[in-house]
Amino acid sequence: MHEMGICDGILSSAVRAASDSGATRINRIEVSIGELTEVMDDALRFAFEALKTGTMAEGAELVVNYVEARSQCTDCGAVFRHDRFDPKCPECGSYVSTLVQGRELRIDAIDVD
Amino acid sequence: MRIDIAKDVLEHNDALAQENRRRFAEAGVFVVDLMASPGAGKTTTILATIEALRDRYRIAVIEGDIASRVDAEKIAEHGIPAVQINTGGACHLESAMIRRAIDQLDLDELDLVIVENVGNLVCPTEFDLGEHAKVMILSVPEGHDKPYKYPGIFEISQAVILNKYDTRSVFDFDEEEFRSVVGRLNPRAPIFPMSAKTGEGVDAWVAWLTERIEAAKEGGSRDA
Repeated sequence: MHEMGICDGILSSAVRAASDSGATRINRIEVSIGELTEVMDDALRFAFEALKTGTMAEGAELVVNYVEARSQCTDCGAVFRHDRFDPKCPECGSYVSTLVQGRELRIDAIDVD
Repeated sequence: MRIDIAKDVLEHNDALAQENRRRFAEAGVFVVDLMASPGAGKTTTILATIEALRDRYRIAVIEGDIASRVDAEKIAEHGIPAVQINTGGACHLESAMIRRAIDQLDLDELDLVIVENVGNLVCPTEFDLGEHAKVMILSVPEGHDKPYKYPGIFEISQAVILNKYDTRSVFDFDEEEFRSVVGRLNPRAPIFPMSAKTGEGVDAWVAWLTERIEAAKEGGSRDA
């Protein structure tokens, strides 16, 4: 249940940004989560419901944008989509690549009043 | 009103981790974070590593557990400084906990700090502690299919120790299959089959670690 820690990070960032802008209420929090992270959607939403109580995000909706895994091939430079067990370059067949997206744990934006 | 934030969720953890990393670099100390399931042999691996390196390097251990001082006491019995972190229920270590632990150590008098993370194959993967390398230990009795079930930890580790290798004839462990899937998840990570208990294969792991300790020491003395 490290989703609690992750959710705590989401909420504290959101509340800080909202307070800095003089807002009193957070309506929506948008986050991007890479599909290669070990974050479970259900656990994240459970943590969000539990932790937002009593904060200015109490009525907020959590919008999760899942980011697919993409890597760049070290041998030929191609950027390709892959599942985690098969990061094989479709252009040249190499297995040596660098991940370019898919491990995000990012808070993108909030909507406030 | 919409406000763009575009920040890492774990920004606070990552910032403290960078601070830890800077302190380690200044002191020229190499820090390795060992991650594994409960019972994979983390503490036994640490003791075997200490025995192999204690004549050459000054070592300390940071022990992460949900509760108890059992592991820290085991390490301290061997005359090695050990700091116990009790996470009080948390399933992983975070950089703030490491910061508090290193305040209890004299980093300038150390070459190697081994962090034993909480026994867990999921949660430690997301949290940067400021270490130089994350290394995961899988033990043979856990089975060769673990990388399919817990891919994240294999992806982010710089090396994989295959522990309890001496028991492979008893368990139905398909090493070829294991190497194949780990190779796909993380082609750069070396795999060290070994038995921390008998000492078989420990040399290769220790050689890998030694290279990195030396590099960290050089970095530290160059900065100093």
